[in-house]
Amino acid sequence: MSFELETATHPEQLRRLAIDPVSRVEGHGKVTILLDDDNHVHQVRLHIVEFRGFERFIQGRPYWEVPVMVQRLCGICPVSHHLAASKAMDMVLGVKLTPTAEKVRRLMHYGQILQSHALHFFHLSSPDLLFGFGSDVAKRNVVGVIAAAPETATKGVLLRKYGQEVIRMTAGKRVHGTGSVPGGVNKSLSTEDREALRKDIYQMVAWSREAVHMIRSLFESNLAEYNAFGRFSAQSMGLVRADGAMDLYHGGLRARSATGKTIFDHFDYRRYWDVIGEEVKSWSYMKFPFFKAQGPDDGWYRVGPLARVVDCDFIPTPLADRERQNFLAYDGGSATGATLGYHWARMIEMLHAAETIKDLLNDDDIVGTDLMAPLGERQERGVGVIEAPRGTLIHHYRVNENDEVTRANLIVSTTHNNQAMNEAIRQVARQYLDGHEVTEGLLNHIEVAIRAFDPCLSCATHALGRMPLEVEIVSRDGTPLDFMTRDAHGVCSRT
Amino acid sequence: MTAPTLVFGWGNPSRGDDAIGPLFVERIEALALPGVECLTDFQLQVEHALDLKGRQRVLFVDASLATATFEVKPIAPEKDASFTTHAMTAQAVLKVYRDLEDEDPPPTWLLAVGGRDFELGAPLSSNAAANLEAALTWAQAWLVQEAAVGEWEARNAMS
Repeated sequence: MSFELETATHPEQLRRLAIDPVSRVEGHGKVTILLDDDNHVHQVRLHIVEFRGFERFIQGRPYWEVPVMVQRLCGICPVSHHLAASKAMDMVLGVKLTPTAEKVRRLMHYGQILQSHALHFFHLSSPDLLFGFGSDVAKRNVVGVIAAAPETATKGVLLRKYGQEVIRMTAGKRVHGTGSVPGGVNKSLSTEDREALRKDIYQMVAWSREAVHMIRSLFESNLAEYNAFGRFSAQSMGLVRADGAMDLYHGGLRARSATGKTIFDHFDYRRYWDVIGEEVKSWSYMKFPFFKAQGPDDGWYRVGPLARVVDCDFIPTPLADRERQNFLAYDGGSATGATLGYHWARMIEMLHAAETIKDLLNDDDIVGTDLMAPLGERQERGVGVIEAPRGTLIHHYRVNENDEVTRANLIVSTTHNNQAMNEAIRQVARQYLDGHEVTEGLLNHIEVAIRAFDPCLSCATHALGRMPLEVEIVSRDGTPLDFMTRDAHGVCSRT
Repeated sequence: MTAPTLVFGWGNPSRGDDAIGPLFVERIEALALPGVECLTDFQLQVEHALDLKGRQRVLFVDASLATATFEVKPIAPEKDASFTTHAMTAQAVLKVYRDLEDEDPPPTWLLAVGGRDFELGAPLSSNAAANLEAALTWAQAWLVQEAAVGEWEARNAMS
């Protein structure tokens, strides 16, 4: 299957423009754009190199090691992998978690959501949102944000830090935590840690609420541009609780069409392969998942904050639910289909995470002592699904009678969003690049669209802002005509 | 009380020579040097600026493709494009510190230790292991000397 602008009719006759970030250790992603002599766009592709050999990294290991070692797959969201693997191994052991174990894991998870969303909004995206997508690159960084809005930047750092502290106190360490284990947790929250976190949580809720209002006001002042930027229709998917509530830790899979019709609902994720397939394309290492009922042509979808906030029936914490209602009602719900609507939805989720942390800290089970569930009937297969900060994360393992993992399949959030991100950048290319002289500012529009999804793979996010951008313009016979670079310090030069 | 010296090494322990930073920290921590706190993470981020508060000196440690053995140099706050990524440079973290705290960060050095292979699941290469040992030998002497100088300065300031 080839989508509009995915494959040009005569690529050999076009100029090639590549946004080609480099990365030291974790692969890289790049965007390629083919232009004709009049700067009209004919082909746009986002290629992301997936984690290399991560299934092989896991195979052969004893199952109890997996929740700890999978954290090393990605330095950006290790907790999500830790918990998804733990859930899969719970299934292998046939256990049902104790209330304390589940609540400690939930606390860890919502801490991760809080710190991840805070970093993304306040430091990765707010420079674009505050200063404009094509603004001076010298301004377009967190230092620019600190200069323009010092309180905002400080709150972002402190929200991030608070989330990290939640993780440290539940996982046991700042990194490489061991808190969650197959069948439960190895510690609950200590009384001292509970009080330390309780002391600041109301402030975190208040700041998270301010952040929702901040993104709303940004939409209000730029409504037409924000709504139109990289806009496309898409199906969506995410976990929901049995009563339809948002639940980022556990639930059934819900998929909706672009018009909101249910495709499947409360689907048991332990058989996710009955509804989700994965297509391979020759030009990308990353697979393209799709709903099997519709096939690869029509079955692609998006995941993450926008899908979750729009598709759940309600959010089970009051302040976030109020903000969700406002989001859905604002301008007839126009922002719910906007690519930049991800930012608004992400802040609503951050508020929900802060409220959930507050509720968990006020629940005495969080300091309970019943940490491990009794063993149940042993299974050969384990599937764990969680709503990671960037979207649905699937871990799937087979474990043999010697307790070794013999097969592993992971579908990460960014893989689910692969086609959606490609659609977003094609829209942006049509809107902003087509027919124009390419400048660094215009190229940044492409990155703004990608950043809205907050791609999870280190290789994508790590590399994207690190640049360098490389823009190569070649003649029809392949002779290089022009070459533009932007180095790691944001300085553009032409040769 | 905040330890006057911070040793902060970063990297992924399961990505070959990227493990240099965490391994360095592990080895220094095992020495239990007085006044030295050791921290590690997968990569540097904005909140790490807060770990610098109240320090007299900071030693950042990372694996480097650009170094044959090891190299140490003082660093200063610097604005670069890493601000918009999930992995900041040490100089960018110092810049965040200065902007957040409205003061200069503590004196900071970057110890870059040469590595070559960064594949997921790969062990530390023999070359990187040798570089790590050499860097540790240098660092132990440096930390002891810095602590002695710091102690002398503190005593002098009181008298």
